[in-house]
Amino acid sequence: MTIVLIDYGSGNLRSATKAFEHAVVETGMTSHVEVTENAAALSNASHIVLPGVGTFGDCRAGLDALPGMAEALESEVTVKGKPFLGICVGMHLMAERGLEHGIHDGLSWIPGEVRALEPDNKTLKIPHMGWNQLDVVRPHPVLDGIGPGTHFYFVHGYEIVCAEQKHILTTSDYGGAVASMVARDNLLGTQFHPEKSQDAGLRLIANFLRWQP
Amino acid sequence: MLKTRIIPCLDVDHGRVVKGINFVDLVDAGNPVEQARFYGSEGADELTFLDITASHEERDILYDVVSHTAEVCFMPLTVGGGVRGTADIRKLLLAGADKVAINTAAVDNPDFVREAAAKFGSQCIVVAVDAKFVKEGHWEIFTHGGRNPTGIEAITWARRMAEYGAGEILLTSMDRDGTKQGFDLALTRAVADAVPVPVIASGGVGILDHLSEGVTEGHASAVLAASIFHFGIFSIAQAKAHMQSQGVAVRLEKT
Repeated sequence: MTIVLIDYGSGNLRSATKAFEHAVVETGMTSHVEVTENAAALSNASHIVLPGVGTFGDCRAGLDALPGMAEALESEVTVKGKPFLGICVGMHLMAERGLEHGIHDGLSWIPGEVRALEPDNKTLKIPHMGWNQLDVVRPHPVLDGIGPGTHFYFVHGYEIVCAEQKHILTTSDYGGAVASMVARDNLLGTQFHPEKSQDAGLRLIANFLRWQP
Repeated sequence: MLKTRIIPCLDVDHGRVVKGINFVDLVDAGNPVEQARFYGSEGADELTFLDITASHEERDILYDVVSHTAEVCFMPLTVGGGVRGTADIRKLLLAGADKVAINTAAVDNPDFVREAAAKFGSQCIVVAVDAKFVKEGHWEIFTHGGRNPTGIEAITWARRMAEYGAGEILLTSMDRDGTKQGFDLALTRAVADAVPVPVIASGGVGILDHLSEGVTEGHASAVLAASIFHFGIFSIAQAKAHMQSQGVAVRLEKT
């Protein structure tokens, strides 16, 4: 099995790669982790991961700059139903559109849009940066063994606003409930960075690898 | 809820951890990769490497240190010192840093911060501000590891850097650094209240009360310390337990 991390020029893939390699060992799987900018690599993938730091528009442009990548994602993820994980801006790209520095189209997998964080409490700092907890809206296999109150590492100034509540898996409190995980069918998105969340993050990644949607 | 972060800082010189007393008189305190692994297992919330001599010396060895650290530590890593251009930032991010701290280059060319934030995102651009007390309510910033005065006032500068896209301010009191007398709380509060982005308080931690004061009185979002952790005076767990007892919410689970 091959876990593919898509490299579309968005920041640091080294720690994500290392975290997935670590989690593979934990699951006892024999998968290997491949970082690629080649759309053809997706056809051999067992799992597809879209990391992402930076802005929505830049990430979308980076994805579109890879020949055939958007089409390959559509066919491998939505048609063939391979397990997919979007991280941070990678999760944002799952929405219909992003309102960060202009209006940009997302992949339209999760109905909704990405907007600037606007906490009720105006003294709260933007970006939302640091360790915060998850409030589980509904159970999901990727949350196995991740107890209430577990912390994950966040760094973001924008949030996904889902059009349908059923797609929200967890929320986190930052001057109001922010969607911290979204899910639909074989799709999963995390606002936080599991690859930066120490043991809790590695556990979540291992759960994602074991998950059979 | 969001927790206050405790950040051990490793001052790195030629790939070794050192800690200065007022930025001179360096004492070797070990291997940065081993220390990073240790702090990760202790439950540190982030880690910062400051390459303290990098503004004027060769530094390729730092990329190796960063890349080895990223292999063993699944926690956020900030690297600062000698960041001059977007090529430096890209190299550090590719080596495994999550954020880079910019000081001298921001003062030399403030638009560099704008450019870096546009290119890599504000979330990975930290502006490091080294400030020295001048008179009440007025601090001056220094560059080159605290060697060069600039005549620039710290609060206005921090606000400008946040406007230019800095996602965080790492604020060090030059007067307190290495003294163990506690943060400059007036400075910390003045800057934290002036900018919309998180401020990390740094410089002067000697006892655990200093950490909690940085938050309760200094309004910092995170606290950074070096010596008290390196020399085993206090553990991360002790620091967190103390902060919690002072009403500062922290992440207590060990990892």
